[in-house]
Amino acid sequence: MNENASHRLRKRLLSAAHTIGLALAMLAICLPGLWIVLSSLRPTVEIMAKPPVWIPEELSFDAYRAMFSGIGRGGIPVIDYFRNSLIVSLTSTAVAVAIGMAGGYAFARFRFRGKTGWFLGLMLTRTVPGIALSLPLFFVYARLGIIDSHFGLILAYVALNVPFTVWLIDGFFRQVPRDLAEAAQIDGCTRWQAFWQVEFPLAGPGIASAAIFAFLTSWNEFALASQLTRSVNSKTLPVGLLDYTAEFTIDWRGMCALAVVMIIPALTLTFIVQKHLVSGLTSGAVKG
Amino acid sequence: MATVSLNKLVKRYGSTEIVHGISLDVTDREFIALVGPSGCGKSTTLRMIAGLEEISGGEVRIGGQLVNDLPPRTRNISMVFQSYALYPHMTVAENMGFSLKIAGRPRDEIDRRVAEAATILGLGPLLERRPSQLSGGQRQRVAMGRAIVRDPDVFLFDEPLSNLDAKLRTQMRTEIKKLHAKVRSTVIYVTHDQVEAMTLADRIVIMRDGYIEQVGTPDEVFRRPASRFVAGFIGSPPMNLVEATVEDGRLTLEDGATLPLPRQHRERVAAGQRVVFGLRPDDLYPAGHGLHSGEAEEVHDERLTVTITEPLGNETLVFAAFAGRDWVGRMLNPKPLRPGEAVTMSFDLAEAHLFDAGSGKRL
Repeated sequence: MNENASHRLRKRLLSAAHTIGLALAMLAICLPGLWIVLSSLRPTVEIMAKPPVWIPEELSFDAYRAMFSGIGRGGIPVIDYFRNSLIVSLTSTAVAVAIGMAGGYAFARFRFRGKTGWFLGLMLTRTVPGIALSLPLFFVYARLGIIDSHFGLILAYVALNVPFTVWLIDGFFRQVPRDLAEAAQIDGCTRWQAFWQVEFPLAGPGIASAAIFAFLTSWNEFALASQLTRSVNSKTLPVGLLDYTAEFTIDWRGMCALAVVMIIPALTLTFIVQKHLVSGLTSGAVKG
Repeated sequence: MATVSLNKLVKRYGSTEIVHGISLDVTDREFIALVGPSGCGKSTTLRMIAGLEEISGGEVRIGGQLVNDLPPRTRNISMVFQSYALYPHMTVAENMGFSLKIAGRPRDEIDRRVAEAATILGLGPLLERRPSQLSGGQRQRVAMGRAIVRDPDVFLFDEPLSNLDAKLRTQMRTEIKKLHAKVRSTVIYVTHDQVEAMTLADRIVIMRDGYIEQVGTPDEVFRRPASRFVAGFIGSPPMNLVEATVEDGRLTLEDGATLPLPRQHRERVAAGQRVVFGLRPDDLYPAGHGLHSGEAEEVHDERLTVTITEPLGNETLVFAAFAGRDWVGRMLNPKPLRPGEAVTMSFDLAEAHLFDAGSGKRL
């Protein structure tokens, strides 16, 4: 076999191995999700079976039916939880992104005293695990009377997300050349118009990413929410999962069904927004 | 009337002064080039005129009106940036029409004016493209188009050609000149390239370390440089500059070699004075291969050794050793010369320049 043919063969084998490796990794990542969907559709006996039953014998939507059946008939106030989750997540995301835009822009564009210190300080808050704060937060909230309220949860999530959104959006504004805003000002824009007409659209992908991350953090957060919420007034979906645990039993199927209900909106939103995550939009702005 | 006048203009960053109280009057429809090495304050000056940089002291007036504290949008200026600064999320047409859109002009007027500018610059077929789909030269043209569409009182150019390759730069230089002939606006053009400044400008302002060294027509700054710095900066290849002492009507150079004191300078220097002697490559040539000024008695010949030659086709640059250094001369109707060959070089002293060794000012 000549050298060319052997190299070609090696290249093909490598690319096949690459594909198989990727498929395996993909499977490992997706399996828990698929398992949850599967578990939501089959009886607890099958879920708990050892060794595991890979191919389900019967599938039913009983868990979903029960979930929406109302209290007393195996249901939980899923609509209330969903509404709470939506209100808390959307509001906290909007606020965190707004603050992130203002902060990120300031860090990217302005020079001010203690800039590095501020930035580092913001980042350091990320190193504190949220759960470590849950007890002090609980006391403070109890004193302020904002336990079991949307406002309390939104406040906590905004605080949780702002350092991240500032950091991410700062990076994107840095990529937008300063010349563009200056050119816009010469073209007749006020500083404000220059921001909205030129810098904002160009940092858009970054702002969208920050929004997705902030939304998912709030949507999935359990530890703080389990401390700061008490009733259907403010309980979010992740906390709602606890409704399936009783003193001696856990309704795994119901829990999985609720998990699926939780995943769907998050997945949908991510799909909608990821279209806008086109990077490299600034190419062609400057230089040849 | 779109005159621009700078009056004792100062720029400070903290305690560091970058521009030291410069004054300049640009007349209506004049093409002025600000030229100097990097860090001389030329771009900062331009940005102060544009309103992109705060003015620390002095005045900027456009059309007689004090604009120190006016935002860029009210100064009726256009600026072409070194980086072009095209809006990447807009098409060429939208880029060019952006200022009119912001000004709230009607759609058909915007279209008409964009089309006019596109015709001037040959951008017609590109109007629907985005900047990322254009070549460097096309982007440059769009940047100019965006400036023209506004119909400004003053055009500001901040090193607009420095990102282009040599050939395109020459081509765009010609286009800018044509453009100025067509639109007849006042232009302030910043460049570090003295060739651009010489070819384009009505008057050149040579800046150094935040001061203006000289203001003059290209001919003036070339023929009568006000200082040693200007002499060395303007002209390519640069002027031969060498320190000398005036002794008995002669100039004694570094290693004892002497040259006759040029006649036009005899009255202006005293014996023992330290000076800098300057001679352009055009005024130093192998005997019979140059254009002398016509005063035969002012041409001084020296037998020198060629160190290297740079043939350019119609002429050859000849580097020859004299007084302990290489001097560059320009040989017209070139004949082949080999390094190490001895050649008689003519020094056309009628065209020589003398500068004070201390202050660097022209004598």
